[in-house]
Amino acid sequence: MELSFTARNVLMGATMLGALGGTLGSFALLRRQSLLGDALAHAALPGVCIAFLLTGSKSPLPLFLGALVAGVLGSLLILATVRWSRIKEDSAIGIVLSVFFGLGIVLLTFIQKLPAGNQSGLDKYLFGQAATLVEEDLKVMAVLGAVVLATVAAFYKELKLLAFDPGFGASLGLPMRRLEILLTLLLVVVVVVGLQTVGVVLIVATLITPAAAARQWTDRLGAMVLLSAGIGALAGVAGSLASASVPRLPTGPVIVLASSSVLIVSLLFAPRRGLLWAILSERRTAARIRRENLLKDLYLQGERSGEWGTFLSWPLLMGVRGQTSHELERAARALVADGLVERSEDALRLTPAGRRAAEGVVRKHRIWEVFLTRRLELPSDHVHRDAEAMEHALSERAVADLEEALGFPEIDPHGRAIPRRRTA
Amino acid sequence: MSVPLTQAHRPEEEAPPSPDARVAAIEVHDLTVAYRTQPVLWDVDLQLPEGQLIAIVGPNGAGKSTLLKAVLGLVPPITGWVQIFGEPYARRRSWVGYVPQRESVDWDFPTSALDVVTMGLYGRIGWLRRPSRHHHELALSALEKVGMRELAHRQISQLSGGQQQRVFLARALAQDAKLYLMDEPFAGVDATTERAILTLLKELRATGRTVVAVHHDLQTVAEYFDHVVLLNMRLVAAGPVATTFTAENLQRTYGGKLTVLTQASEALLQKKPVLNGQEPPWS
Amino acid sequence: MSPTLVILLVASFVAASCALVGSFLVLRKMALLGDAISHAVLPGIVIAFLLTGTRAALPMVLGAGALGVITVLLVELFNRSQRLREDASIGVVFPALFSLGVILISRYASQVDLDLDCVLYGEIAYSPWDTLTLAGRDIGPKALWVTGGVLLLNLALVLALYKELKISTFDAGLAATLGFSPVALHYLLMSAVSVTVVGSFESVGAILVVAMLVVPPATAYLLTERLERMLVLAVLLGVTSALAGYAAARWLDASIAGAMATVAGLLFLAALLFSPGHGLLARLLIQRRMGWRLSGQLLLLHLQKGGAVVPVSTLERRFGWSDTRLRRVLASLLRAGWVEMEGDGLRLTANGARVLETTGRAQLAHRL
Repeated sequence: MELSFTARNVLMGATMLGALGGTLGSFALLRRQSLLGDALAHAALPGVCIAFLLTGSKSPLPLFLGALVAGVLGSLLILATVRWSRIKEDSAIGIVLSVFFGLGIVLLTFIQKLPAGNQSGLDKYLFGQAATLVEEDLKVMAVLGAVVLATVAAFYKELKLLAFDPGFGASLGLPMRRLEILLTLLLVVVVVVGLQTVGVVLIVATLITPAAAARQWTDRLGAMVLLSAGIGALAGVAGSLASASVPRLPTGPVIVLASSSVLIVSLLFAPRRGLLWAILSERRTAARIRRENLLKDLYLQGERSGEWGTFLSWPLLMGVRGQTSHELERAARALVADGLVERSEDALRLTPAGRRAAEGVVRKHRIWEVFLTRRLELPSDHVHRDAEAMEHALSERAVADLEEALGFPEIDPHGRAIPRRRTA
Repeated sequence: MSVPLTQAHRPEEEAPPSPDARVAAIEVHDLTVAYRTQPVLWDVDLQLPEGQLIAIVGPNGAGKSTLLKAVLGLVPPITGWVQIFGEPYARRRSWVGYVPQRESVDWDFPTSALDVVTMGLYGRIGWLRRPSRHHHELALSALEKVGMRELAHRQISQLSGGQQQRVFLARALAQDAKLYLMDEPFAGVDATTERAILTLLKELRATGRTVVAVHHDLQTVAEYFDHVVLLNMRLVAAGPVATTFTAENLQRTYGGKLTVLTQASEALLQKKPVLNGQEPPWS
Repeated sequence: MSPTLVILLVASFVAASCALVGSFLVLRKMALLGDAISHAVLPGIVIAFLLTGTRAALPMVLGAGALGVITVLLVELFNRSQRLREDASIGVVFPALFSLGVILISRYASQVDLDLDCVLYGEIAYSPWDTLTLAGRDIGPKALWVTGGVLLLNLALVLALYKELKISTFDAGLAATLGFSPVALHYLLMSAVSVTVVGSFESVGAILVVAMLVVPPATAYLLTERLERMLVLAVLLGVTSALAGYAAARWLDASIAGAMATVAGLLFLAALLFSPGHGLLARLLIQRRMGWRLSGQLLLLHLQKGGAVVPVSTLERRFGWSDTRLRRVLASLLRAGWVEMEGDGLRLTANGARVLETTGRAQLAHRL
């Protein structure tokens, strides 16, 4: 694809910003300061306006400095308000964010009505207009970005300690307060760098969304920071290419949607932390519990009547614990396939192997009941429900240990026999 | 109130040939600490002997953790000073290892047990340098000492509460300090970990290290520790467990309300001959 | 009705309805959820536009209300999944939804009569001229009806469920045992926030909604301990910000919404500094007074420990206090009769010992 000069600028700017935001965002996320970036971005607006009013120029450096000063002031105000008054952090962030922004809007509209000609264009900071990035902006971005990344690399292990356990860091004699200020300063720099590209409102997403996505894939901070920077950069590339090829598609929002998509995929599918796997394994466990319960129900009927060969009817089994026919059907099919249960029409009975398997479940249940009544001295009519859960959770080994510790009990608190362990 | 040094109780063979053997491990003088305007520690004077296991005991909010933090210079005192082996903390920093409360950090942090233990060496590694293979070896051997070497590369959220506590202990061990300050090392750990930690503390004592631990289980104070500090904003008593950990002092520390605890500990104490004060519990 | 009066009424209605629900947001530490909702309703409004092709109030309120509830649901879903913490959940949800809204507006700009800048800071100045007609008759400015309706709704909510909201805000567990569902109340409140946001959105924009939701209630929180008073104060402060902000905007010829937020911020700053109960200044004074008392107690304690007579000359070094400070502490203790001079030394009197004993016991009693 042939890129125009502007599109190339946008691409470079968005990629750099993505990488920077992803890096700093990792630390902000882990320090639970996700929304500090949002407040800093909003707080920067009046700084930009005042810098413009003072210098009358729109060159990036003075505007950048104005934003930096206002951002730092905003973060200090949040800190001071939380520390010295009863206002909580969420309100303090909301106050600084909305009041600074309101002031910025006042200044912005004031500037727009000034007679001087050169005033339009500041409002690009509201939503970001990546297309207005010029080479000078990119140079400033590159230099600042390099400084930020070099600082993070140089103080990486101290910043890690700051994010994990600042109290311990202080006990080692490391200047944790100063490191905290350093990290906030770096955050302000990145926020201000991003204003022109994605705008005040969406900056927070360039910080937090890539970091939140990266967190799902790895359990190492280093990998998380790199991955987060990568996701940020990728979203930047996607956003700028999409907006270059589709008319009337603003860059900033597309960048945010790109990284948000990565986040959703990560939350669902990342190995181990992915919600999909959690749901699947939960369903597997639920299915196993249903199978074990069915075995036990069949066993208990046999034990009560002494008739192990009788087939038990479908409605009877459904009634034991109010299962749906569908749930029972699936459990029954799995057990038949394993050779534990025989089926005749709509009735079931245990095979010899099934009876042994059911004994294992009942054994866990009853030994746990003995444990609860003897060791924890719970009344015997209070232990059934707990055992109902534990019979599916205890391992064979734990039960054997428990049995030994209890002196190989033979009957449960309700006077029923505890099946012995069968050695194969 | 001044507390006599209890050097005499230290078994001879364990005394390290330290040139300044008569300097207290920790000396606290007239220490008052306040958060905002609310004093949490009132005028505490304390001398803690070297080479012993020392418990700090007192009700919730008695300033136990604050005392540790004040010793570490993490909270500024209003009056008074603290010395560690005869020098201010800033000069003795490398002699001190710290084990914060387990709940003080986010265990879902993306890092491994080994990495956390390596953090104990950050002060020594210095600015702008990364931990080397040597440092990882040190961290691994610290993990070994708490029986966690196989779990070195586990992410910390996948460890049990007791294992997390042992990671924190290993981090302090990696600091190779002379004095260990521990904030509730036995809180919420399983029986195995409790035994492991106790063994470790005894090993530390055997090599001449001093351990000061905030402890909340009155029943085990006499069994685990040599020396006890009873604190309730003001210092109630401090001294060898045998003579100081008495029902009367506990009563003064906890007031009349915690009768259950007091009775429990009394019952325990009565079983122990050490209460009569002739024999220290570690001999 | 004069245009100025319409603007002032609309602004006051917005301020009052925001203050009512915002007070509960601030007390429940959910101010940022209000921020998130005020941004995230954008796609709902745009979609309502696109579907109905009009700026009719009802579809807009429904669209925005739906998005508001979706925002709350998503934040809670992420939060409850334990993969993201609450701050991060908010920080990823609202920018994504806002982006969606911005893209929709940009793509369908010709169909959507909504100016992007307006989204952020509103166009209250035009509100007198956008009028509603009912059965062929002009019944007055639309914004007046919408914001007035929202205010009535919020008033009804707070008056009807005052007790329930109060209990569930301060003690969700207790509320549950008393039989009010904290979850239902939570969603009810969030729906009210969404409706308030969308009702105010066109007039004052997203950011002023946040300012009005958070700043006057936080200011009121610094001024009173009682919920009823906090609600009334928040409404008064909000309306004051609106009126004064309008005057300032006219004077500066600048954004009305921005000026209102700025005035609200100034009021907050004033309360932060000068509130009699919770202001920084009051706190500083109390701290100083407590500092003196503490110093006095420390000195008494020192005399008690030292027994007999303690030479004054040793005190300065012992406490590290300045000469003036030491002299002031001494003077107050002598005046109270808690210490007495003996030559160059200082001694605790029987009175002083008693004071020390009682403060010590009081402090111990306080602890237990």
